[in-house]
Amino acid sequence: MKKFLHVWLMPTLAGAVSLIGLLVALFGDGFADLFSIAMLAVPAALCLWHGYIRR
Amino acid sequence: MTLRCYGLLHYRRIDDAMNFRAWYEVHKWTSLICTIFMLMLCITGLPLIFSHEIDHWLGNSVEPPALAENNARADIDAIVADAQRRRPQDVLQFLVAEPDEPELLYVRMAEKITSPDLTAFYTYDTRTGEFLSEYPINQGFMNLMLRLHVDMFAGLPGTLFLGFMGLLLVVSLVSGAVVYGPYMKKLKFGTVRRDRVRRLKWLDQHNLLGIVTLVWFFVVGLTGVINALNMPIFAQWQATELAELAKPFKDQAPIQGPVSTAGAVKAAQEAQPDMRLSFMAYPGNDFSTPHHFMAFMQGTSPISSRLLSIVMIDARTSEVVTTREMPWYVSALMLSQPLHFGDYGGMGLKIIWLLLDLLTIVVLVTGLILWWKRRALTVEQRLRLMSEPEGAR
Repeated sequence: MKKFLHVWLMPTLAGAVSLIGLLVALFGDGFADLFSIAMLAVPAALCLWHGYIRR
Repeated sequence: MTLRCYGLLHYRRIDDAMNFRAWYEVHKWTSLICTIFMLMLCITGLPLIFSHEIDHWLGNSVEPPALAENNARADIDAIVADAQRRRPQDVLQFLVAEPDEPELLYVRMAEKITSPDLTAFYTYDTRTGEFLSEYPINQGFMNLMLRLHVDMFAGLPGTLFLGFMGLLLVVSLVSGAVVYGPYMKKLKFGTVRRDRVRRLKWLDQHNLLGIVTLVWFFVVGLTGVINALNMPIFAQWQATELAELAKPFKDQAPIQGPVSTAGAVKAAQEAQPDMRLSFMAYPGNDFSTPHHFMAFMQGTSPISSRLLSIVMIDARTSEVVTTREMPWYVSALMLSQPLHFGDYGGMGLKIIWLLLDLLTIVVLVTGLILWWKRRALTVEQRLRLMSEPEGAR
């Protein structure tokens, strides 16, 4: 289990916030849009931080 | 024993290694086939995310002018007459409304009522009835981007081909996630080995960006496939439900003389007072019957605005014949549109779409480079080179 989480914890979290972000804005306007943008900014930020910014 | 030599000791069973090899081959081949098309789609998709803004910026479409008297409503029949005067040789096919911009009304014209291609797309002011602009058809940068993205100038076969490439992408994403696990066993999430050879950096970036953007790319890819089925989906509705609605009237004499568009719009609005007009098909069109207008109405809440109801209106009397809901497969298509376009959360969401699109371009390009650099190596050699933090050459 520990091994599994070592590999999959972060990818699963990134996937979950992506999915929540994708869906919430479909069901609302205003605050829902901002919430979705914040959720979908998480995977984008993870990519930029680990892939390009962090040394 | 051979597998041992290739450094697969961390697999408990040979089966695991065989499984990995199979998934790896699936990932490699599905990606190889679809990557070049996905790159094209991701690049042409970039400006399409902002097509509304770019069209305004290029002057292809206009903002409604500011007026002191905002509640006036012009006669729709006068708008229709003006459009007809501009192109007397053509016919009106559709009236299109924009719920986000109730001041605007669009008229789509074509050579024949059933022509697949349009000849003009006019914009009118619903308050004054004034002609505002004409959208340039089949020309310009955005048209090039759109056609490449939708069908590569190859019509329905082109669209279906791109849809199939989207299916390969979905398989590639799933298999890519399966092979991500073994690669990452000895690495921390987010590791990018910059101090070794360049291709290790590319590999790590490919794995990181690929796994983190996976759900977004999966949803955009899958909804793209559904959008590619646009024509077959509406063809199914036309062949079944629309044909059923038209059947009782098939022996009626054809319509003679002018019909009232305004009367039909008014009847549709009264039949569905809580909905707004999305578009209306003229009689004889593929989306109506020879004797009826078909008004497609949408709800006013975020989710119901994506779902269509139809109001069937007798073109001669402006009387409502019936109202219906569109079937589930049309609703699936309508709901997959915002999830593909990213146009349902304002400018902020469009910028997120842009960012994630750029990141997936990096995933595609790094994947292509990785394959090209090591195309002669076996999967066992790759795994040994890639999975061991110390084993990098």
